[in-house]
Amino acid sequence: MNGIISISLSKRFLRVWQRNLTVYQRIWKISFIPPLLEPLFYLLAFGVGLSALVGSILYHDREVSYINFIAPALIAINIMYNAFFENTYASFVRMYYQKTFDGMMATPLFIEEIIAGEIIWGGTKSVIATAIMMGVISFFGLIHYPHGLLLLPLAFLGGIAFGSIGMFFTAIVPSIETFNLPIFLFVTPMFLFSGTFFPIENLPLWAQKLAILLPLTHLVKLTRSFSFGLIGAELLWNFTYLLTFCLIFFPLALFKMHHRLIK
Amino acid sequence: MQYIIEAENLRKRFGDVVAVDGVSFRVVPGECFGILGPNGAGKTSTIRMIYGFSPMTGGHLKVFGLDIQGELRAIKSRIGVCQQENTLDPDLTVQQNLEVFARYFDIPKNEAREKARELLQFIALDHRKNAKVTELSGGMMRRLVLARSLINDPELLILDEPTTGLDPQSRHQVWERLEELRSKGLSILLTTHYMDEASRLCDRLIIMDHGRILVQGKPLELIREHVGYDVIEVAGPNSKLRAYVQSRGLEHEDLGHRLIVYGQEGDTLFRTLSNQYCREGCTLRMATLEDVFLKLTGRELRE
Ligand SMILES: Nc1ncnc2c1ncn2[C@@H]1O[C@H](COP(=O)(O)OP(=O)(O)OP(=O)(O)O)[C@@H](O)[C@H]1O
Ligand SMILES: [Mg+2]
Repeated sequence: MNGIISISLSKRFLRVWQRNLTVYQRIWKISFIPPLLEPLFYLLAFGVGLSALVGSILYHDREVSYINFIAPALIAINIMYNAFFENTYASFVRMYYQKTFDGMMATPLFIEEIIAGEIIWGGTKSVIATAIMMGVISFFGLIHYPHGLLLLPLAFLGGIAFGSIGMFFTAIVPSIETFNLPIFLFVTPMFLFSGTFFPIENLPLWAQKLAILLPLTHLVKLTRSFSFGLIGAELLWNFTYLLTFCLIFFPLALFKMHHRLIK
Repeated sequence: MQYIIEAENLRKRFGDVVAVDGVSFRVVPGECFGILGPNGAGKTSTIRMIYGFSPMTGGHLKVFGLDIQGELRAIKSRIGVCQQENTLDPDLTVQQNLEVFARYFDIPKNEAREKARELLQFIALDHRKNAKVTELSGGMMRRLVLARSLINDPELLILDEPTTGLDPQSRHQVWERLEELRSKGLSILLTTHYMDEASRLCDRLIIMDHGRILVQGKPLELIREHVGYDVIEVAGPNSKLRAYVQSRGLEHEDLGHRLIVYGQEGDTLFRTLSNQYCREGCTLRMATLEDVFLKLTGRELRE
């Protein structure tokens, strides 16, 4: 099986990526709006509304304002959402309803290239959304530069991680409604408990241990460190976790998709 | 002789279902080869193995003299395919559908644009090039699929029911396009449920059922061999007529409310029958491929 994947995977996946880019260029005006407005809403609701109650937070022996604390988490959440939703709902629609992959398979493309192109497109959408959000958040002086620029390659890595697992779900769900399940059991808990809106140290010990298993925890840790300009060797562990996650789920997604579509 | 397609004992199984059960045929360059058969006969399954959409369960398959197992990519880049379902990209315009598809074949941008322009003219859709695909009529979509399958200047065109669901005008337009392509030497593999389409377009064809080939040959020869020249159809035959047909040992099919007599005698037999046994409801017509098809595959509904 691995043999088939490695033989069939060439740089042609770029053609699939390009197809999605072409579609994106047609509708970019609409695609731009969510990453532009969403951080503003959150910053307003949580940063301004809630920070009056919370005050400041102790993070790694530093006092940070609540708005400063959640801004990088919003970026991490957006990285997760963009890739995950692209490679679940949007990819499923292309695969199942639009038969876009079927059409592509009547060309020199192989299924592994099609799926790889889709996942890398998911990662690209995370990067685009991150760049837009950074613009908004930097406007409030909430990102420390130049370290903050590391957020862009990080968005790609995070996007591949969440896109791969999204594509893995796409390969195994019987219908589009079934995505409710991984969203309810996987995405929503991460949104809440990955050190996004409060430090995971506030959780009971057993829950902290669970939170360490969630990929978003590691992504949040990295976006926060990059935004604060706190680069240290301990981040290598978070980076390694995300990379390992990609190395497991990217091939697994290709394998499962091959299994689903090649009959 | 270099064959375009060389299929030997091709087999395809889906779990317990044997969709293709030992099919062998050869397509020579420049010929239009048809695959006919009732629903579920295994036409699409056969075709999908040829363009590498689904792996074969067994047998040997060469396209352009290349083995499908080892040189699939090279083969795929020289084929154009119209799939049975609509796989046009609804997120793109008409023109973009062609240009984006050209990229999948690594065709350079300028060349792709020029080719797309030519093809849109060829299928008379140039005035709709900026329309969304979803705004097109069924016939226009089918024509666009045909254009898209030509984007890479294929040496083999594979068409899975290219005219299903089209009105007579659109069908004729597609046929004319296909005839034009064939006259330029393109090899075509075609499936269809329309016998007139097969008779008109196919140089040779096979009729399949239950994953196996029943007959293979040129349309006219198949008609002569299996039906003859003429067919007499009698609506509401009476018992005297039945007795006559049986006593003469004429080849016939009795559908109860309808009797079909296959014959070589034509006029004389018809005159006898219509004068003596059925003043009304008796028609003489030329034998067609549809007679061959129904005779060989039966008249029961499939699935
Ligand atoms: N992906 C699949 N999984 C399981 N069975 C399949 C699959 N594809 C086809 N079959 C089965 O294989 C048999 C042949 O199907 P195929 O689509 O090749 O028929 P066909 O001749 O193209 O029919 P039609 O004229 O209706 O298009 C059918 O019994 C069908 O149910
Ligand atoms: Mg079919």
